[in-house]
Amino acid sequence: MTAVDTAAGLPAAAAAVDPGPAPTGRRGPRRAGVRVARAVLFTVLGAYFLVPIAASVAFTVRDRGTGGLTARWYTGIPSADGFAETFGRSLTLGLLTVAGTLLLLLPTVVLVTLRLPRVRRVVEFLCLLPLVLPPIALVVGVRSVLSWAPDHFYGTPLADAFFALQEPDLPWILVLVYVVLALPFAHRALDAGVRAVDLGTLTEAARNLGASWPRVLVTVVVPALRTAVLNAAFLTLALVLGEFTIASLLGFRTFPTWIVEISGASPQLSVSVSVLSLLLTWGLLVLISALDRRRPRTTA
Amino acid sequence: MTAAVAGTPTATVAELRDRPPADVVLSGVTRTYGSTTALDALDLHVAGGEFLAVLGPSGCGKTTALRAIAGFEVPDAGTITVGGRDVTTVPPSKRDMGMVFQAYSLFPNLTAADNVAYGLAVRRRGRTERRRRAAELLELVGLADRGDRYPHQLSGGQQQRVALARALAVAPQVLLLDEPLSALDAQVRVQLRDEIRRIQLELGTTTVFVTHDQAEALSVADRVAVLRAGRLEQVASPDELYSRPATAFVARFVGTTSAVPAQLRADGQVDLLGTTRPVAGPVPVGDVVALLRPEQVVLRPDAGGRGRVVTRTFSGGTTRVTAVLPDGTEVAADVVSTESTELVPGTAVEVAPTARPVLLVPAGDA
Repeated sequence: MTAVDTAAGLPAAAAAVDPGPAPTGRRGPRRAGVRVARAVLFTVLGAYFLVPIAASVAFTVRDRGTGGLTARWYTGIPSADGFAETFGRSLTLGLLTVAGTLLLLLPTVVLVTLRLPRVRRVVEFLCLLPLVLPPIALVVGVRSVLSWAPDHFYGTPLADAFFALQEPDLPWILVLVYVVLALPFAHRALDAGVRAVDLGTLTEAARNLGASWPRVLVTVVVPALRTAVLNAAFLTLALVLGEFTIASLLGFRTFPTWIVEISGASPQLSVSVSVLSLLLTWGLLVLISALDRRRPRTTA
Repeated sequence: MTAAVAGTPTATVAELRDRPPADVVLSGVTRTYGSTTALDALDLHVAGGEFLAVLGPSGCGKTTALRAIAGFEVPDAGTITVGGRDVTTVPPSKRDMGMVFQAYSLFPNLTAADNVAYGLAVRRRGRTERRRRAAELLELVGLADRGDRYPHQLSGGQQQRVALARALAVAPQVLLLDEPLSALDAQVRVQLRDEIRRIQLELGTTTVFVTHDQAEALSVADRVAVLRAGRLEQVASPDELYSRPATAFVARFVGTTSAVPAQLRADGQVDLLGTTRPVAGPVPVGDVVALLRPEQVVLRPDAGGRGRVVTRTFSGGTTRVTAVLPDGTEVAADVVSTESTELVPGTAVEVAPTARPVLLVPAGDA
């Protein structure tokens, strides 16, 4: 009884209580000091992030011949040799990874929250592991497993499956590895979302009203976790679009390996592509927060 | 407050009212969590159309009992029937019950009207009917103009009203209320409590209302079941519970009591604070403890009196005055405020009962 009373009720009620507007800052010298500190911090951090990017942009728009400005490194991107192929591949890998990560993690996180709160720690630990494992160790492991196909069971259907995983046009093995790499980020995002809503009460309310479990998932759980799902998807996609080490070491050609590949022959093109991919990532970020903001956030 | 009260009942209200009321019977329901026994062979009968409050301290099993009726807890032993149908192992989604939770439980992505209509959508009712019923139920709970608001745009009290409308929208056989008022502030709590009672009387839906607040239970329920350690202590009307508690636990939990040492004589009379009164029930002769309500005690200023006033708490029409006897016993009395001015702390008083104690218990058991 106690367990039920407090677990189902109290924290949820506390979370639902509107804390009211944040206390407004104090006036006077103390507030001015805070302002100055904030401005300094902002400037330093802004410079730290923006100076390298500004340098990259400057490098790509300067016309070495005339000394003026040029946009040709940007206009030339779409037709650059290998861009469409590698970018398309990376995007496909990214979307597949997002799908795989969400399919694996969303039901897990929901199940852990509703039915198996005791294994929450274990799941959290497992999902954080990829962060502490060096990618190189992961690559070595993947490579030795993949080499079982020619070494041990060549000619069997399993070996064919292993070879299919390594198809250069769409290397599924990268999807598998990227799902693992994305676990820490996607789990963090989903876990934060699950903690922010009272999933237990919401699902019980829906069950009480006659909804089946699949219906509860689609009409209650996913909408309640929409922001968290979008965040997880975004982080995963950004990770895949920027992942170089593993793709390169396993010998696949993706967008990041292509950027490195062309940097020798055409440094400006490679930097302009990097700048563009940065803008693309930011664009995604803005898009997600815009989607989230469609839901008005005013308080009662 | 709502048009539904005064005018002709809406189609939805008429439909809810015309449903034959279902009774709920728990027999020998047991539920344990590890070594903790939440429900210990609980027997409870809720009559059709009745408003039953389940009252008890935190940890007494009241929420577990409600969740077992709703289907969120499966009993380890015992059966639960609703309207004669055994639902012990029926999943919650197939039980035809409406529940209002302690925590705010509205679906955040749906408007108030869509929340109310959720159960109807699950039952594949048409769009027109869903809209009509949602509007009628929002009217019933006094929120006719808030249908297009999202939960976060509503106050706590409004959210619980919408939750009540949502629970009633499916025309449930039984309405389950799990401390729905405990997250609200005092004024809203009283208002919504009275409104829940009004709606329940209007619809006649069998209702089980779990609360730890005895004032809440006594003011709205037809009968109150007091639970203690997973067992039923007493179930009775509020009046009976207050005036004839079955056990010392009930007497203490419901209302205020003072425990005063007394002696029970062989002739069935009790010596209490210098008076002699007849006793109703059988209690072993000897030292007993008499449980007295504050309105059953008078305090008279008397320089030679045995008691001395220790506290005086003004509460409008009456004032609660506590006196201490030489043996350390504290006795509380409610005194009409205009007559209590002399009873300041330190005053010597004579303490006397004006009525038969609500309960006598053997001295060791109090």
